[in-house]
Amino acid sequence: MSASGRVSTEQVKPLNRSKAYWAIADGWVLAKRNLIQIPRIPELLVFATIQPVMFVLLFRYVFGGAIDVTGTSYVNFLMAGIFVQTVAFGGVATGIGLAEDLQKGLVDRFRSLPMARSAVLTGRTVADLVRNMFVVAVMLVVGLLVGFRPEADLAGWAATIGLLLLLSFAFSWIGATIGLLIRSVEAVQSAGFIWLFPLTFASSAFVQTDGMPGPLKAFADHQPITQVVDAVRGLLLDQPVDNHGWIALAWCIGILAICIPLSVSLYRRTATR
Amino acid sequence: MANGSSAIRAEGLEKSYGKTRALDGLSLSVEEGTVLGLLGPNGAGKTTAVRILTTLLKPDAGHAEVAGLDVVRQADELRSRIGLTGQYAAVDEYLTGYENLEMVGRLYHLPRAYARKRARELLERFDLTDAASRLVKTYSGGMRRRLDLAASLVFSPPVLFLDEPTTGLDPRSRLAMWDIIGELVEGGTTLLLTTQYLDEADRLADRIAVVDTGRVIAEGTADELKARIGGERVELTVSEGSDLAAASRILERHALGEVRMDSERREASATVEGGAGLLAAIVRDLDTTGVEVDDLGLRRPTLDDVFLALTGHVAETDGHRDEEAA
Repeated sequence: MSASGRVSTEQVKPLNRSKAYWAIADGWVLAKRNLIQIPRIPELLVFATIQPVMFVLLFRYVFGGAIDVTGTSYVNFLMAGIFVQTVAFGGVATGIGLAEDLQKGLVDRFRSLPMARSAVLTGRTVADLVRNMFVVAVMLVVGLLVGFRPEADLAGWAATIGLLLLLSFAFSWIGATIGLLIRSVEAVQSAGFIWLFPLTFASSAFVQTDGMPGPLKAFADHQPITQVVDAVRGLLLDQPVDNHGWIALAWCIGILAICIPLSVSLYRRTATR
Repeated sequence: MANGSSAIRAEGLEKSYGKTRALDGLSLSVEEGTVLGLLGPNGAGKTTAVRILTTLLKPDAGHAEVAGLDVVRQADELRSRIGLTGQYAAVDEYLTGYENLEMVGRLYHLPRAYARKRARELLERFDLTDAASRLVKTYSGGMRRRLDLAASLVFSPPVLFLDEPTTGLDPRSRLAMWDIIGELVEGGTTLLLTTQYLDEADRLADRIAVVDTGRVIAEGTADELKARIGGERVELTVSEGSDLAAASRILERHALGEVRMDSERREASATVEGGAGLLAAIVRDLDTTGVEVDDLGLRRPTLDDVFLALTGHVAETDGHRDEEAA
């Protein structure tokens, strides 16, 4: 070791602020940490983008010709489903990120620091929100390139973005809960996705539910993805949204009301190894 | 030990994972400004003990105080007075060294400017200035450990916990780590160090607590522990063609117990008392008798011997008895 002197033991007093202040400040420190990592692991972002792009192309050009939708072109119908699916799948990354932090012992370090207990989770979910919105923006460009012609006005766009943000946040917290429950990166990778396939495909994301057999249609019509997709589709195509917007909102808030306290309590109690 | 001066005190800590008893009534006490080495094989309960003392885990029974604060009831306050470096370098691979330290400083709620200054200072102290703006992913194992240790020093905590700080390091990095730890201790930090390396405990710790199956089975200074299994041994190797039997008869005159002989390796050894003076006497006797030796020396028992004597098994450094370290 170099002889550059002792480690100073000068004591600087920590700042004294309220708990609520630190919940936000610490969450922001960790959100920044997660955000600056995104361009440093470009492969993650690339794959998070390639997958929905593939879905767009497959559905637009392979299945699209065989799927009948009423009232608009298939590509116009499709994009709402793509946005919602992209955001829902994005929640898995939250769980994977947390499981990685657990596995590498980083959570041990965080838990031994005098920081807000919620910060690791809020930092992660907020960063994932930003990343998801980036991917959605890329999807929009891809959609426009393949013929997507939205007709929403400013208010419609604002409502769409708001709803997608909320859905992204809600599914990130589901991902967080799964990550904290399962804890192994590999297991979270599969467990995080498996339930999303039936949820996003047995919905109105890619086809109208009318053609589905009775019980499946009943499930599809009442599950949250369909509600959000129908709302987003109505908003983007300037069609009536009916109650879908409110029901979608209620689903997202309900998911958050369950998953935030659940994952914070899991995080508190998690005996990492 | 006087309670007033204990920086760490644990009494009857118990912790089970399912049917596995990780801690089975572990008690220990570390005086302020001293170093306790928690020595034991994998799965002995060392890490569990550290995790309880650093508020990461709640004990099933027993209680503990660190820096005068209860580790369960006053956990929040306690976290601003301890530093922890775990078995795995808990640093973020996709941040630079500097970013890692600055982040930890911010999470200790230090003012931003000070967190930055402190990060630079620690990087310099730990020989990481050149690598400060590189991603930790590119660091060697030794560099990661140094950064990890630096992270636990961001706030100059009065009580520091190092869980196997040199496990997996090459010998050179290990020595460097020992130097750093030695300096910290000189600075007055109270340190609890777990290790499965006997020489590490010997070198760094004021007192050593030997842990096996979740409790402390022996405690004392390294010398005290060594004394418990008897004194020093004289070992000699006679030159080729020299009379091993004659040599061992000489040893016998000075020995406390039996003389052990290994004629194939031309070695003889015996437990003795009397140190260097005795060694000189043996040399004279050998000379007079005309026995030539290749090697002659006084060997103090190592902590390996201590461990074997105390537990009946050798310290398993790569054992699979670990329920806790998985």
